[in-house]
Amino acid sequence: MNVLRLSLQEIAHRKLSFGLGLLSVMIAVGVLVGAVTMLGGHDLRTEQLVAQKEAETREEMTRMEDDYRRIMKDMGYNVLILHKDQSLEELQRLNYPTHYMPEDWAQQLADQNVETLNHLLPLLQEMVSWPEMKREVLLTGVRGQIPFADSPKNRRPPIMQPVEQGEIKLGADLAQSLDVAEGDTVTMRGRNLLVREVYARRGTQDDLTAWVSLRQAQEWMNRPGQINGILALECLCNVEELGSIEYHVTRILPDAQVYEFSSLIAARGLARQRAAEAHEKAIEQEMYYRASLREERRAFAGILVPVSALGAAAWVMFLMMANVRERRAEIGVLRAIGVSARRVQSAFLLKALLMGVFGGIVGLVVGSVAGAWLSEVPPGSEGFTSLLNARLLVGALVGAPLLAALASWLPARAAARQDPALVLQEE
Amino acid sequence: MVRIAKVSKIYRAGNEQVRALDDVSLEVNAGEFAAVQGPSGCGKTTLLLMAGGLLQPDAGSVEVDGEDIYAMSLERRAQFRARKIGFVFQQFHLIPYLSVRDNVLAPTLALPISGAAERVEELLGRFNLTSRAAHTPGELSTGERQRVALARAMLHEPRMILADEPTGNLDEHNAAIVLGALAGFAEDGGTVLLVTHDRMAAGEAGRLVRLDAGKLADDGGSSHRDQQVAG
Ligand SMILES: Nc1ncnc2c1ncn2[C@@H]1O[C@H](COP(=O)(O)OP(=O)(O)OP(=O)(O)O)[C@@H](O)[C@H]1O
Ligand SMILES: [Mg+2]
Repeated sequence: MNVLRLSLQEIAHRKLSFGLGLLSVMIAVGVLVGAVTMLGGHDLRTEQLVAQKEAETREEMTRMEDDYRRIMKDMGYNVLILHKDQSLEELQRLNYPTHYMPEDWAQQLADQNVETLNHLLPLLQEMVSWPEMKREVLLTGVRGQIPFADSPKNRRPPIMQPVEQGEIKLGADLAQSLDVAEGDTVTMRGRNLLVREVYARRGTQDDLTAWVSLRQAQEWMNRPGQINGILALECLCNVEELGSIEYHVTRILPDAQVYEFSSLIAARGLARQRAAEAHEKAIEQEMYYRASLREERRAFAGILVPVSALGAAAWVMFLMMANVRERRAEIGVLRAIGVSARRVQSAFLLKALLMGVFGGIVGLVVGSVAGAWLSEVPPGSEGFTSLLNARLLVGALVGAPLLAALASWLPARAAARQDPALVLQEE
Repeated sequence: MVRIAKVSKIYRAGNEQVRALDDVSLEVNAGEFAAVQGPSGCGKTTLLLMAGGLLQPDAGSVEVDGEDIYAMSLERRAQFRARKIGFVFQQFHLIPYLSVRDNVLAPTLALPISGAAERVEELLGRFNLTSRAAHTPGELSTGERQRVALARAMLHEPRMILADEPTGNLDEHNAAIVLGALAGFAEDGGTVLLVTHDRMAAGEAGRLVRLDAGKLADDGGSSHRDQQVAG
């Protein structure tokens, strides 16, 4: 016989009382561990949310930057030379010019060798119906670039190849929606055209455009010898110097205007900045909300933790007092047999320790899981294990038995001090 | 043996005083089986507890095996009990959640007892309890419970057994078993001090002591039986 065996048997005999004590310890530990885990989980979740938001922002910024770069590249400080009567508002609305000019304006510009201009590309662009496909399509007629008069610029490789008669080139989305690929033949307005090329996606209206030779476009649009725009690509200038291009162009072609994209670029830049600001604000608000939620949770835990700890201590003390009363006769006979007061006390303290250890373990598990759920970092999810800190584990496993033992100290001492003679006389 | 010398005990409850023992002296030798008789409230239990080192007298001294037990510290006296004294009570005072075997082994909680494992089986056999060894006291008959209490009092081979009305709740048959065991213990050289109302129990004892209102009324020095034989 030893005190541990005695205590275990007694516990087995009075399961309910032990169970109730265990439950209270479990609740106290569960609340503490739950609160700490929940706050840890809260912080982790906040970090995750902010990181996610930041990643989203970064992604969006990158996408906008890509867009911007693509536009810059597509336009490459490009300008569009238009008839001076062309309404820019209409151009933006329809996506193609509606005023026409003679095709040889392009040649006149080339002949003058304007320093800042590169790669002159006359084009004729219109929305036309494609009866065979039962749809409208933005059709662009191109003839390749106009060679400059006696200029080293001509030695640069042309950046846009002309489209040959009997051939067609398609934007990516258009090709996809028509379900045609390079090498296929399509029929347009009664003419069979070889699909020479399908361009890779650019994210612009080019993706929905069909290119044919300028002659073909002029024929179909009934605009012989006419164009409605000259693209001047890769101009050797900064965006700020676009004004000088206009000066040179209108000196040669008084009835022309230069459509520059700088305002568009600026708008894009501004939009990007606005988006960044909005994102930053959203993150800030999220952080603010999370911080106030955390404070609320912390305050609540700040009350609940000590209340449940005190409650558990009081409850354990009460149970132990009841236990000591219940075991008066047993204590008396043990003392009569010669069991020391200290050993009698240790039997009660051991029982309290067992209550604390097992209540602590169960509370630790329940609290961790509950706290993790409350903070939306459920067990098994990313970061859950990081919430289980060793200090808390040790603290709960040492603290709970300590709390139970402390609460049982006075009852156990009362048991040890009980006068055996008094009990043994009560017959 | 136990030597009780001029002990007095006064219980105080508020203003009231109860003179439970008044200048009582009594010596019971090794091998002697003494029965204390007397009307209810005359101080029998008080005397027994005092002899067992559980109740400090207001005056006088108690020697057990030549040692003044109330000169010892509380813990030393507990150890002394664990080594030399066995108790048997009317209410048995078994530990309700322990098996019969563990109840008999309870004295090992106080002191390690060499050979306790074999001794417990021997005692269970002697008191016809082997088949009940794994039962708890609640599952036993009254007679069986008292036999368990007796076995517990004997596990550590004490020098003295103090028994307070051990047959009070038993029928004749079971009472005879208990009294026989006590007589056997005395025959083997132990000291027995038995408190009883029961004439039959008193009849088993080798010596009768009468207590009346806290005073030793008659220490016959010999038992009823002897007197009957003599008369
Ligand atoms: N703790 C106590 N406080 C006050 N009075 C007590 C106490 N214990 C016993 N007494 C009184 O002391 C007297 C002797 O009590 P004791 O228990 O020794 O009697 P007893 O001879 O054993 O009686 P019974 O035969 O009924 O068991 C009684 O009058 C009892 O009421
Ligand atoms: Mg009595």
